[in-house]
Amino acid sequence: MWKTLKQIGSVGVVTEARPPTDDELRLREDLQARILATLGRALCIRQVDAGSCNGCELEIHALNNAFYNIEGLGIRFVASPRHADLLLVTGPVARNMELALRRTYDATPAPKLVVAVGDCGATGGIFGCSYASAGAVANVIPVDVAVPGCPPSPNRILSGILTAITARQRR
Amino acid sequence: MPMRKWLDRSQPLPGATGARAVEVAGHDWRQAALDLAAGGARLHALWTERHEAGAVCALYAGDDFLLLVALALPADETTYAGLTDLFPAANRMQRAAADLTGLRAQEPDSRPWLRHAAWPADFLPLAAGSANAPPVGELQADDYAFVRVTGDGVHEIPVGPVHAGIIEPGHFRFSVVGEKVLRLEERLGYVHKGIEQLFSRLSLLEGHRLAARVSGDSAVAYSWAYCQALEGLAGSRLPARAAYLRALALETERIANHLGDLGALGNDAGFAFGLAQLSRLKELWLRATEVALGSRYLLDYVVPGGVARDAQPELLAALASSARAIGAEVRVVRDIFDEHAGVRDRFVGTGIVTPELAAQLGLVGLAARASGAGRDLRADLPCEPYEALGVRKVVHNEGDVAARVAVRFDELAESIRLVASIAAELPSGSVRTEVATPPAGAMALGAVEGWRGPVIVALTAGDDGSIRRCHPHDPSWQNWPALEYAIIGNIVPDFPLINKSFNLSYSGHDL
Repeated sequence: MWKTLKQIGSVGVVTEARPPTDDELRLREDLQARILATLGRALCIRQVDAGSCNGCELEIHALNNAFYNIEGLGIRFVASPRHADLLLVTGPVARNMELALRRTYDATPAPKLVVAVGDCGATGGIFGCSYASAGAVANVIPVDVAVPGCPPSPNRILSGILTAITARQRR
Repeated sequence: MPMRKWLDRSQPLPGATGARAVEVAGHDWRQAALDLAAGGARLHALWTERHEAGAVCALYAGDDFLLLVALALPADETTYAGLTDLFPAANRMQRAAADLTGLRAQEPDSRPWLRHAAWPADFLPLAAGSANAPPVGELQADDYAFVRVTGDGVHEIPVGPVHAGIIEPGHFRFSVVGEKVLRLEERLGYVHKGIEQLFSRLSLLEGHRLAARVSGDSAVAYSWAYCQALEGLAGSRLPARAAYLRALALETERIANHLGDLGALGNDAGFAFGLAQLSRLKELWLRATEVALGSRYLLDYVVPGGVARDAQPELLAALASSARAIGAEVRVVRDIFDEHAGVRDRFVGTGIVTPELAAQLGLVGLAARASGAGRDLRADLPCEPYEALGVRKVVHNEGDVAARVAVRFDELAESIRLVASIAAELPSGSVRTEVATPPAGAMALGAVEGWRGPVIVALTAGDDGSIRRCHPHDPSWQNWPALEYAIIGNIVPDFPLINKSFNLSYSGHDL
């Protein structure tokens, strides 16, 4: 126990400032006002891997580490779409996952947001469309914000999530 | 010894160290399998191709060789003798091959594996003349024939494909009595993205980018294996500095994944401290990697003929010192894990794969080294620069979660040592060389020990620098079935822990 406490004490707090939002990532914005009115900025996310190479998942995991500390912003990952306000979807959407993704979307209570993560989630990426791949997440379910990158950094993903839940900034 | 007969008949195959190939016909296919099984060789991969006629390829691994046995099928023949009785891991590989090319093993289990309901059974993605996309109708849920367990009090728990965490999709069907698992049956293929068909639309000089994205957590291992095969085909000589930098990237990838997994294992045992500390160390490591090598994850670092960018000496020294600092902190965390009664209770004796079972199932990589099978391509069949670096293999015998944790901790320490010695001994010179266009029809093999186990890429050149066939093979193919055994008799809440202790790739397996 002493060693554990000593390690915790010697490391201290490493959490960094959150990244700014980025309106360039925004694809749709009809829902934001309703969601903001309902939720403020506290948010539950259901992550769905719809066919990724698992690279994006590594960076999504990083959001939970002490540096990005996503829970400190009132955002957490939940185990069921029924508990979720936002779906964080990586792609491309494998056609074997298309039905599961649609069902997950349908199981998420409205109003709901969708953030597509990664080059593949945003555009289909290197995999594109084929007999086995439906390409971008937006080809299957409505997407509010798309975050390109292969994989995008945790800060880019966080910026995309914050963009989705923040009203468009006045320029 | 009959196994040697097949080696004597074989020819060297370009690419991976110790790779050889032998073409067989008719009964020799089964005879070779019988002799290799009797000689203790393991089935590493099995795939099929349809270029003009059909062919079936099995890659066997012994202690000092990788032997490709290729069976050329007569025209119009679409079946071959299966190998599941000798090598249980062949079952899913044969079923996947049947889904892709229509070449089918003569075995009772003919359930589709990668084909769910998204495309019709008569569409064969890898058969010559297959159009890119079949006609698309309304998507239906398909009805997979799981093996039913019946009896008093038995019930089923279906899990997935969408899982309750930040993980890849797959379906697990548990048959349980109370909390105890009687049987687990996996169903995979959900993230099948048509990678093998896509390869044949790329040029040889572009394929490494797709290879890196077969399984993103093993990007360096895949892109290196692909480039090793390509350079073997082209007869390129890799500059020494490039080989060292590839090894640096591969060990960097191993360190990042082991740090992440060990943290997650602590968390799955209810010890959030482990996740908090190790995910912090992983983040520090990714940042150091980005400074020294250009990106947090090295998806496009390994390129044909070398690596994408050189590393500055002072940045390499900083990377090595960052590795040593992380190593020192990991030792503190490991001591805490080892002394924590709750963590030990969850780890020790959980999810056991005995050495006998591991041998029977042909387990590979990290999981095999936790079950007494000390095989590691970096030490057994080293490519440049591993011979000079001298990798110390890690072996534990208990086969439980604790052993797989111990293998990771030990390999993490070894990789940190390797990073330091690469930074110190890095040869001077160029980091990239030209790669010539290889002749059509030539075949080569790439084999690299990734953090999860041996990653294999079999590459055949097409006309004018195109790819005729590329089959990437993940160690998860062999290890997924072992997970079904590891969980038997354990309780359902231990499944996430046992699953994480293997941490197998879905994407690398589903292709």
